[in-house]
Amino acid sequence: MSTAAETPYKPVTTTGRITDFVDQRVGGSGILREFGRKVFPDHWSFMFGEVALYSFVILLLSGTFLTFFYDPSMAESVYNGSYVPLKGVDMSVAMNSTLNISFDIRGGLFMRQVHHWSALLFTASIAVHMLRVFFTGAFRKPRELNWVVGGVLLILSLADGFTGYSLPDDLLSGNGLRIIQGVITSIPVIGTYISFFLFGGEFPGTAIIGRLYVLHILLVPAMILLMIAIHLFMVVVHKHTQYPGPGRNDRNVVGYPLGPVYAAKAGGFFFIIFGVIAAMAALFTINPIWNYGPYDPSPISAGTQPDWYIGWVDGALRLMPGWLLGLPLEWNIPLPWGVNTLSLNVLIPALVPAGIVFTVLFAYPWIERWVTKDDREHHVLDRPRNAPTRTAIGMAGFTFYCVLWAAASSDLIATHFHVSLNDVIYWLRALIFIGPIVAFVVTKRIALALQRKDREIALHGRETGRIVRLPHGEYQEVHAQVDDYKRFKLVGYESPVPSAGVPNRNGIVTKAEKRRALLSRFFFEDRVAPATPGELHAAHDHGHEQIEESEKAKEVAH
Amino acid sequence: MKALSQKRRHPLAAVALLLLGLMLTGGLYAVVTTANQAKADTTYSANDAQEGGKLFIANCATCHGMGASGSPDGPSLVGVGAAAVDFQVGTGRMPMQLQGPQAQQKPRQFNDEQTHQLAAYVASLGAGPAIPEAQYTEGGGNAANGGVLFRVNCAMCHNAAAAGGALTRGKFAPALAGVSNQHIYEAMVTGPQNMPVFNDANITPNNKRDIIAFLDTIDANGSPGGAALGSLGPVSEGLFIWIAGLGVVIAFTVWLTSRTS
Repeated sequence: MSTAAETPYKPVTTTGRITDFVDQRVGGSGILREFGRKVFPDHWSFMFGEVALYSFVILLLSGTFLTFFYDPSMAESVYNGSYVPLKGVDMSVAMNSTLNISFDIRGGLFMRQVHHWSALLFTASIAVHMLRVFFTGAFRKPRELNWVVGGVLLILSLADGFTGYSLPDDLLSGNGLRIIQGVITSIPVIGTYISFFLFGGEFPGTAIIGRLYVLHILLVPAMILLMIAIHLFMVVVHKHTQYPGPGRNDRNVVGYPLGPVYAAKAGGFFFIIFGVIAAMAALFTINPIWNYGPYDPSPISAGTQPDWYIGWVDGALRLMPGWLLGLPLEWNIPLPWGVNTLSLNVLIPALVPAGIVFTVLFAYPWIERWVTKDDREHHVLDRPRNAPTRTAIGMAGFTFYCVLWAAASSDLIATHFHVSLNDVIYWLRALIFIGPIVAFVVTKRIALALQRKDREIALHGRETGRIVRLPHGEYQEVHAQVDDYKRFKLVGYESPVPSAGVPNRNGIVTKAEKRRALLSRFFFEDRVAPATPGELHAAHDHGHEQIEESEKAKEVAH
Repeated sequence: MKALSQKRRHPLAAVALLLLGLMLTGGLYAVVTTANQAKADTTYSANDAQEGGKLFIANCATCHGMGASGSPDGPSLVGVGAAAVDFQVGTGRMPMQLQGPQAQQKPRQFNDEQTHQLAAYVASLGAGPAIPEAQYTEGGGNAANGGVLFRVNCAMCHNAAAAGGALTRGKFAPALAGVSNQHIYEAMVTGPQNMPVFNDANITPNNKRDIIAFLDTIDANGSPGGAALGSLGPVSEGLFIWIAGLGVVIAFTVWLTSRTS
């Protein structure tokens, strides 16, 4: 910005003059210089956040197209469009206009399918992005708050997905809305009031679609945009994390600068994502509302499920028994003003699993920070195996989620694998408790085994499968040493040791500190220490000369 | 008349009166009722019934008993009518392949003539739903009205797109694509396996024809939006985005980042 003032620079071409004019007023070159030099490490697993961002851009573009033709009115109308099996059927204007988008507006069906597929990809890529961040420990200082922002984005994406899912006012989404209404009314005392407020009276009423529409296209996307801005701002402030490797540490970032390589790649990647979504939308149908028909509170279709990201809550509702140990979970509580119903069979599955998952998700960075007492900044990621307990906790949570997720398609599991629906439910009920524990133990053991393998390879090299007979008759397998770059990956990681409870200023080990020490032991007691330089030396100096000599002798003999 | 008035205090008088009343209302109902009128005027010769009887003894009597009077292994077939036989035998469900939650469809074991003979035999045992008249099964009808009726009466088991669905304990409602119109009609009037009976008082023959028209239309229409992914709704869509969608995206990310090292 300041250079222009010091040396009067005269551009030669017209383009140059225009560019210079603009640059002197907005300072573009300064911004470009700063951002263009930003370095990003390269790894395929770093790109899911980008996938989510691009899906969101595609959602905005296709959604804008849909708003031109969609009418969120619940007024009654008679369908007179070109889809014959619904001709003359009474339906809401919302459903009518969605059918018209699908069958009578050029490119409408394609745009609807683009919008819906990119919504599924948006939520899926957010989920995968969060899994990557969790399992590599990228949420550690200084990124705890960005992890929380990411969690909020996940919740907002679910909210935007669900509000959009209901807009066509078809049978499938109406059933989903009815379930949500049931969950709302199961909230003690205030539930029915919230329901009446939200639906403007009895379900379904004539207000809900219009209200969901405003949330779907105005409030929630605006909040998502704000959160994305905060999220990306923090990425710039923190700089990107990197996988461990030679020359990479917590004070540098090794990778390519944004300009020109990364900018080109990222720009191209947007069009790749757009292309993938467009191909899906062109070839595969999604949410065929004409199959479901208009919403009517009386019918319900077999195989009614929400979109994948709400499935786990639906699954929890399916797994919950109405009676437990001979006791009903629906209680009628006589109160002075009449009998109030407490539907724990709805309240518990609808709120408890989601409550557990999101509480642990938001709190985890602080839990780990408290346990490890680690206040350093971390820019180098952990390989999942090098944080066995964290990886195991993640897999336990993942299993919990997947069991609920599978439960949402219990009926399709039954029909497609030719098993009894009841048995599917019984098994999943057991798995929801046993699965996470098994997943924890198995994952931790696998991680520790991989660490031991790494240590073994670092110390003794890779087994080549070549057996050599020594002059005195001993047989040995030749081990090939890995190169220094590979070995760095195998030994260059942090392995915290369990830390005992530390007395406070008054010389007392507090209860909280004792709990922390207990958790610290739980996290790190069976750690596998990385090979130290001393161990490496000792291992490499021992017993190998003989083999090498005999190798040389063989070469001479040839 | 005097004898009647003398016997009116007889201990069995009340029973006799009750029986009389029941017979009267039952008889009247049988005369007045309009249930299952859509009967084809298929006439069965005595020979048909006789041949059918032989087939029945050879293939069905093991479970359904001699004279189709039922056994612990299979229900009585007296009064199930020709429609039930035409459906169960014509779709290959009977003779049953194995005992289980419900009879599975398999390649049919009897040809049209044999099925006709079996139907004649069972129809001769007692009155029941007959094979529907051609006018209700040969097309026509209002598909939109059929769709409304289908969603209210059928979709909760068979799925709104007739893709089938699960019932309890291994039972299921099958997908309806490719099922002949006559078999769909017969299924509605006879209620095979776990299906309820939709008699003519419940869904009139014309409405049944509309439902058939709806099923024919969605069969013929195909999927306007591209591959239907089994018409199973969000589950197959979710599987698709996670496996195919994300799979392709990951392939691209690996490709994009593979050039640097």
